[in-house]
Amino acid sequence: MASHVLLIEDEPNIAEAIRFILSRDGWQVSMRADGLGAAEAVRADRPDLVILDLMLPGCSGLEVVEAIRADPATEAVPVLMLTAKGQGRDREAAERAGVNRFMTKPFSNADILASVRELVGR
Amino acid sequence: MPFNILVLSCLAYVAFLFLVAFLAERRAAMGRIGWLRSPMIYTLSLSIYCTAWTFYGAVGYAARSGLEFVTIYLGPTLVFVGWWLLLRKLVVIGRQQRVTSIADLISSRFGKSNLLGVVVTLLAVVAATPYIALQLQSVTLSFGVFASETPEGWALPDRDSTAIWVAGGLALFTILFGTRNLDAKEQHHGVVLAIAVEAVVKLVALLAVGIFVVWGLAGGPAELFERIDASAIADWDLQPGRWAGLIFVSGAAVICLPRMFQVMIVEDGEERHMARASWAFPLYLLLMSLFIIPIAVMGLERMPEGSNPDMFMLTLPLSEGQGTLAMLAFLGGFSSATSMVIVESIALATMVSNHVVMPIWLRLRPKAAMSGDVRRIVILSRRLAIVGVLTLGYMYYRLSGGSAALAAIGLIAFVGVAQVLPVLLGGLYWRGATRLGAVAGLVTGFAVWAYTLYLPSFGPGAALSVAVFEQGLGGIGWLRPQALFGVEGMDPLLHALFWSMVLNTVAFCLVSLFTFPGPVERMQGAAFVNVFDAEAAGPQGWARGRAEPEALLVMTQRILGKEAALAVFAAEARRQGKDGYLPDATPDFVAGLERRLAGSVGAATAHAMISQIVGRATVSVEDLMAVANETAQIMEYSAELESQREELTRTARQLREANEKLTQLSVQKDAFLSQISHELRTPMTSIRAFSEILTEGDLPPEMVANYGRIIHEEAIRLTRLLDDLLDLSVLENGSVQLNLGLANLQQLIDRALASASHTRPERIFVIHRDLPSENLFVRTDADRLVQVFINLISNARKYCDAAAPELKITVRQRAGRVSVDFVDNGSGIPKQSQGIIFEKFARLTDQTRAGGAGLGLAICREVMANLGGTIGYLPGQGGAAFRVTLPLRLEQQAA
Repeated sequence: MASHVLLIEDEPNIAEAIRFILSRDGWQVSMRADGLGAAEAVRADRPDLVILDLMLPGCSGLEVVEAIRADPATEAVPVLMLTAKGQGRDREAAERAGVNRFMTKPFSNADILASVRELVGR
Repeated sequence: MPFNILVLSCLAYVAFLFLVAFLAERRAAMGRIGWLRSPMIYTLSLSIYCTAWTFYGAVGYAARSGLEFVTIYLGPTLVFVGWWLLLRKLVVIGRQQRVTSIADLISSRFGKSNLLGVVVTLLAVVAATPYIALQLQSVTLSFGVFASETPEGWALPDRDSTAIWVAGGLALFTILFGTRNLDAKEQHHGVVLAIAVEAVVKLVALLAVGIFVVWGLAGGPAELFERIDASAIADWDLQPGRWAGLIFVSGAAVICLPRMFQVMIVEDGEERHMARASWAFPLYLLLMSLFIIPIAVMGLERMPEGSNPDMFMLTLPLSEGQGTLAMLAFLGGFSSATSMVIVESIALATMVSNHVVMPIWLRLRPKAAMSGDVRRIVILSRRLAIVGVLTLGYMYYRLSGGSAALAAIGLIAFVGVAQVLPVLLGGLYWRGATRLGAVAGLVTGFAVWAYTLYLPSFGPGAALSVAVFEQGLGGIGWLRPQALFGVEGMDPLLHALFWSMVLNTVAFCLVSLFTFPGPVERMQGAAFVNVFDAEAAGPQGWARGRAEPEALLVMTQRILGKEAALAVFAAEARRQGKDGYLPDATPDFVAGLERRLAGSVGAATAHAMISQIVGRATVSVEDLMAVANETAQIMEYSAELESQREELTRTARQLREANEKLTQLSVQKDAFLSQISHELRTPMTSIRAFSEILTEGDLPPEMVANYGRIIHEEAIRLTRLLDDLLDLSVLENGSVQLNLGLANLQQLIDRALASASHTRPERIFVIHRDLPSENLFVRTDADRLVQVFINLISNARKYCDAAAPELKITVRQRAGRVSVDFVDNGSGIPKQSQGIIFEKFARLTDQTRAGGAGLGLAICREVMANLGGTIGYLPGQGGAAFRVTLPLRLEQQAA
């Protein structure tokens, strides 16, 4: 069965790009555009990986990570965080919140694919 | 010896002194001060204490009164040995307060009182006249001695005209020496060195005569002591009262004499110099007094009955055929007189010009007077003062008959200047001393001195009538000048000294106790009395911080004024050998600057201000306490300084506000940069990802088209963002070029509606307008105004959430201003967000697709500011409502 990635990104064009890159590599990608309810979606869907934008409408990426980590059912799900802010402060905060990898936009397609594969262990 | 040779050698000697002074000045001007400021030169310059009085008069004094002359040396010796107690404090205060004379010191201590400056100046001038007269007399006498010895039959025409020539010559000499240039610090390196040379000449001359007398005439020390025992001098009784009085008065004089103050404090006052002088100067005095008794004894023995013992220094060698030695002695006496007159008249001239002439001139001066005129006035007033002082001295010489013994005249002057002592000591050690007290003490002492000693010194019937002498003022017995309050039989000098000092001190203390010091007085009092505290806590160790010279200059200009600040900085730059006017902020320079500023704004404030600039931005609690202390002092007592305090508080508040604003701005700047980063990276991310996908090829054509469109869209988004940022930057800088012209408001709204009609989502949008009210002409930048309108209309189109969206545009004209309201029928902007919508990137909705980068309203605000108008949100209008106001006629701004 294809591994399942949940992509939470509010910029539709970026979300489409990532979806395309991952689908082409054989991943099953489901998408959400805001942070509200994202943690619940993770709990319900049990994806193999969550790709999360830092600046999300409704509820910030950091809050989403914290919620994922706080729930025993989802605490082990790897999280790849994307951000366009890319300041050292944000990276530290993300790592404290329990993000497994932190990537700054823009990224190369190869990098994001490699990171996804690595985090899922494929 | 021919008289003309005598005159010639005097002139040659003076020319030599000029050369010395000139070379020293040049050296100092080149910045090579070096040994010009050394303890030795300092000590030698102090020797102007030994005037012609001590040179000639001490011998006469010894011949008349035995050992009593020693008191004149003992007073200064005690003062100098105990320099740690009083002189050290004077030196430190002199340096800190940049004191220019004793009158300046007293005036400065009592709240920069000009009245006190005038009183002390008057007292000093009057007390100096007998002293100057004494120098004239001794030089005249010494000329006379040589003239009477002239074998060619040349004789002095008469003494009075000689004295005139001497006075004139000395005035010229002093003017040339002392007022060649005007130095704010009142330091005269040339004069000081010339005086030091003269000190050596005096000492050598006196020792030479002494050695000749002891070994040449008396036949060695042993014989000499026998002769002393045999002479009348040995029979003189010590009068303890007179001794104590004379020691006191000479000690007081060495502190208060204007010329001593000049060399001791003003010229080169430094503690290390004074430490050396504390033993070296007494040693000099000891050497000067060593041979006085032998010369007096041998003079009494050898010279014919009735010879003037004041002239033994000359007549003794001459009578023994030692012409060269006599010449040397003459030069020694000449040196004593000239050095005293030069420094005394420089000191007095400084006082007269600073405390009498300048205040009057500043009050009367023509409005257009420039600073160059001040210089000229100062120099002129000093020259006139020098002439005046010497004229007074000459008049005293004439009036007093020129016959009184030198020592007696000298002592009159001593008692006169000693009147300053109570006020001086009170000022240095008693914070309660007040200005009125000081005036009362000085005036009382001065009056008593004049009445009991000075005026009687002209002789009965000259200044005071015989009747006053015998029956007292107005026939009141206890007001007899030499028997005040019925105290009779006292030595006139002691009598005058006692009463003047007692009444002076009593008046000073009583009036001080019953008057209240002004604010400046209080602060100056504290500064003087606690001078060492300030010195200890002083501005040390600026080494650690780094200061920008520009920043220091700007601050200094605020405090000292533009020109003065520039002068200080330029001088330091020159001293450092740098081009331009900005010196390096060396620790020494910063410390010096702090002291200078302290004179204007107080030590603690100056310290805090410098701290800020030097980079130790954290002002310590002590610093703050000290500043608060100063402020509290001002607050407590000052009506005069009230406005200044308010100014300070206002400045502090402004600074605090500015600081808060800066902090806020810094946070905003960081947030802004982070936002820009985000806004730039987001489209870049799409562009990069899709362009990579496209380059890999292998895509169905409709996807290629779709992804190409996305790249195109995001590129446009980026461009728009950059345009907005640039626009905003230009608008915020105020560097925007406005293109002003008359335009019809209705047409402008038409243009804006047309431009905004393509805004997505495209939907039916009803616009309500009242065309007649729009039909007016405004003078403004039409394109910019349309830009604002487009923004508002587009926002309404984007965000109005009503099912049937409507926009109402209302125009009103009132008092030269036009307002345009844009009100839609949506749900409006939430109350808590209304305050931030005009901030950059304050996009409220989550739909990033809504268009711009969130700079639209920020740009609108800046545009309206540039157009002399405003834009604001109108709450409570049902939907989102914005009001734009602008002037009907915008005139081109100067900027």
